[in-house]
Amino acid sequence: MTQQADNGDSAVQIGGNKTAAKVDEYIVEIVSDSGEGAQKCGQTFGNISGKMGNGVWTVEIIPAEIQPPARSPAGASGIRIRIGSKYITNMGNEAELVVAFNEQVLFSRIANGAYKEGTIVLLENKWETDPDEKIRNQYTTAVKEFAEHGLIVHELPMEEACLKIVSNARKGKNMFVLGMISYIFSREPDLGRKEIANTFAHKGDKVIQPNIDLFDSGFAFAAERLDYLWEIPPYTTDTTKPTIITNGNQAVGLGVMAAGMELISMYPITPATSATPYVADVFDNVGGFVHQAEDEIAAMGFALGASYAGKTACTITSGPGMALKTELIGLAVMAEVPMVIVDVQRGGPSTGLPTKVEQADLLSSIYGEPGDAPKMVIAAATIEECFHFVILARKLAEAFRTPVILLTDANLATGVQPYTRPELQEEWLSAPIDQSPWDDSVPAFDWDEGTGLSQRPIPGQRNGEYVLTGLSHTDRSKVAYDSDTNQTSMAHRSRKLAALQKTLKPPKIHGDEAGGDLLIVGWGSTVGAIEESVDILRGQGKSISALHLRFLSPLEPGLKEIFSKFKKVMTVEINYSDDPNGPLITEENRRYAQLAMMLRAQTLVDIDCWSVVYGHPLQPGMLQEEFSQRLDALNN
Amino acid sequence: MFGLKADWSVDVFERYFTLGNYAGGEARWCPGCGDFAVLNTVHRVLRDAQMPPEKSVVVSGIGCSSRLPHYVGTYGLHGLHGRALPLANGVKARRPDLDIWVGTGDGDCFSIGGGHWLHAMRYNMDMVILIFDNGIYGLTKKQTSPTTPTGERTNTHPEGSLLPAMNPLTVTLGITNVSFVAQVPDWNPPLLYETIKAAHKHRGTSFVRIMQRCPVFSDDFCKPYQDHPENMLLLSHENGIPAADNVKKLFKEQIEHDPSDWVEAMKIARDESILPVGLLYRDPDAVVYEDFSAKGLNKTNEEKLAAINTALDAFAI
Repeated sequence: MTQQADNGDSAVQIGGNKTAAKVDEYIVEIVSDSGEGAQKCGQTFGNISGKMGNGVWTVEIIPAEIQPPARSPAGASGIRIRIGSKYITNMGNEAELVVAFNEQVLFSRIANGAYKEGTIVLLENKWETDPDEKIRNQYTTAVKEFAEHGLIVHELPMEEACLKIVSNARKGKNMFVLGMISYIFSREPDLGRKEIANTFAHKGDKVIQPNIDLFDSGFAFAAERLDYLWEIPPYTTDTTKPTIITNGNQAVGLGVMAAGMELISMYPITPATSATPYVADVFDNVGGFVHQAEDEIAAMGFALGASYAGKTACTITSGPGMALKTELIGLAVMAEVPMVIVDVQRGGPSTGLPTKVEQADLLSSIYGEPGDAPKMVIAAATIEECFHFVILARKLAEAFRTPVILLTDANLATGVQPYTRPELQEEWLSAPIDQSPWDDSVPAFDWDEGTGLSQRPIPGQRNGEYVLTGLSHTDRSKVAYDSDTNQTSMAHRSRKLAALQKTLKPPKIHGDEAGGDLLIVGWGSTVGAIEESVDILRGQGKSISALHLRFLSPLEPGLKEIFSKFKKVMTVEINYSDDPNGPLITEENRRYAQLAMMLRAQTLVDIDCWSVVYGHPLQPGMLQEEFSQRLDALNN
Repeated sequence: MFGLKADWSVDVFERYFTLGNYAGGEARWCPGCGDFAVLNTVHRVLRDAQMPPEKSVVVSGIGCSSRLPHYVGTYGLHGLHGRALPLANGVKARRPDLDIWVGTGDGDCFSIGGGHWLHAMRYNMDMVILIFDNGIYGLTKKQTSPTTPTGERTNTHPEGSLLPAMNPLTVTLGITNVSFVAQVPDWNPPLLYETIKAAHKHRGTSFVRIMQRCPVFSDDFCKPYQDHPENMLLLSHENGIPAADNVKKLFKEQIEHDPSDWVEAMKIARDESILPVGLLYRDPDAVVYEDFSAKGLNKTNEEKLAAINTALDAFAI
């Protein structure tokens, strides 16, 4: 089907006679060259929508370079906002409306399957009259091509309208577009103006006013020139529950503070870094400090040193940083130093896909150190969990005297979602360090035979003097190379994982507790997409359930029993696994997705997997299709 | 110690520390190793400063030098190869009350830990770095280190070390915000004592390169100076490290050197025809990183909770 809408010049003038059509949810994208502010526009739109009681999920579209060539498909920079009359947990399938600052950036989104037939494109039309003939031709060709793809293109003079207010439309068109989409989705214009005033508060009225003018002008522009008006009713009428809206990295940063950790030691790396500037802005107020180390190793060493001295610290990084920290993580395990390591996973291996999502650090986090280095690994599944799991991580680290790795990913890091405002607890903060004399009859590693747990002396405690070492050591931390010491101290360190596992409850099944045909097992940021697709299929009467793991090392209990209730169990992950039908692949040599590999080894259940490394978050639509096929195969 | 005062009163210490309070495990270096001299000196400096043993932390990397924490009866952190300095910086970051010592070697500090060395000098946190420089990898049995003299035969360069030896003094002096650079032979106990004592007293990172005898793997490294003291240049100055007359008379070559004179310090360090010993450079006013990193230690829980609540409010919808 080929559709070609009226262009801007002949757009239907409707004035105030339009009535808004009610819809349950909507997916909008704003795509531009890098530096044109599309993300700021989308985030603000998300905030406004959250304030209006909608469920919101936003995900950024980020090119790997800071200033990629203008008007290039690879340079597409932007944001997707999914809003709805329900709690939104993922980025959804295809966008239904996109605002594009130029036509070229749309090509990479089309190639990514971001749009469908009927997707509305609001396209900047200044390129049509560009002095450069090549650009004019590119533009007209592209518009034709979009129409052939079934996109409904509206060519609009957005630049021209902005230039009536500002001299450089590059700075400000994003607020104009915010006005446009605010109109289209019946957003309260005053909320938009307030958001703008907040955003530019530190720049003063000289900046705030033109941006509000741009917003108003965009709002009016859409009202005049476009025939679209939707209303997305709020899903929550409970306004008594305070709500906050953050991305996952901000949630981690807030979590570090709420956990009472006084030190973040880091080295810049994408996509972990944004957690730190956020904290650096406010850390002073809680008496904390951000240390930017000379490298990833030093960042880890500095945090380890502070933790040894009694101030449990946190280091935040991504895959390549984890690789560099490996040896010191081994020391933290061997010497039983409580600390928190946050790994915001990105595509790997090596430099890989720095700005894109992957869940491929699971096995390296659990097993990555040469030698056996048992440690705790947990994974946040939602942005809210990014906050609470930092607090959990510190508690576990101190209670079990161990490093704890918290896995998040690029999807959580840049995704923005409203959630219940945490109610701070004083007990989350760390207790002041103990400086009372140590009972010197108690060794520095007074391992409890049953659990492997021990108390530790903190430097400054009289009579507690001991030497922390990465060498094999006795309970008094004396270097010992003998067989028994090594065997028993390894056993004690390992036993801590079992001790934690014994305190955990079996995970809850999303679906049928009693079992059924297919069980989907996931971990991390995929929970929203998995559960949404499972719900749709269950609505169609399919026997499918989901289970999401938060504890990966140790694994949550009861898994084997749960798995036995289903005809088939499979994991869904964003990491690489061999296609069983791929060339040369047999049951003997197939490489499974990472969680699947672990679960197979731990439970001896023949667990299958489905995983991809497309670099973007999973979409419920693609999962639904895959699960349907699996279910059909099971029942035929 | 229990000296009499004008009013005949006697100071009674609640706790008085003897050398025994600083003794750790039995040192297991080779007979004749210069490390013993350094260890004894560290014990003496701690005793004379009457540092409560629980308040000192000796941090090290890996190598012969890095066994130091095991032989001192304070807290210790025997870390990883090359990583002593970030660990030590981290210990100090939120615990400025702790007294930090770092034991490291020429391989540990100048080679695998080279990056951290540059930055630790710049952080200038209050600590003493003792570099046990024997010009060789000893623990792994004779491989070339950055300070191995050219032509020295080692396991990795059996025909002789290829490159000119690194000059750690010029490198260290070249780092922005460096605040204390000294060099001393391990076989002159009074000078070693006075140098380490001055380093301990200095607020900032004190870099003390110790020419350290390794009779097993690099006997030639110190021999030219042991046998020919005229190959050493004693630096003294009223603002430097005091050298007693009986020390002075051991050194044929001596100059007055004002440790606040960086240009002169660099000149002295650059002249490799003679080995300078004593204090090359000291800047008591250099910025100290823990003045930043340890801010806010006294915040109460109420203050913290209020600040976090404000932070959360910024995201409220």
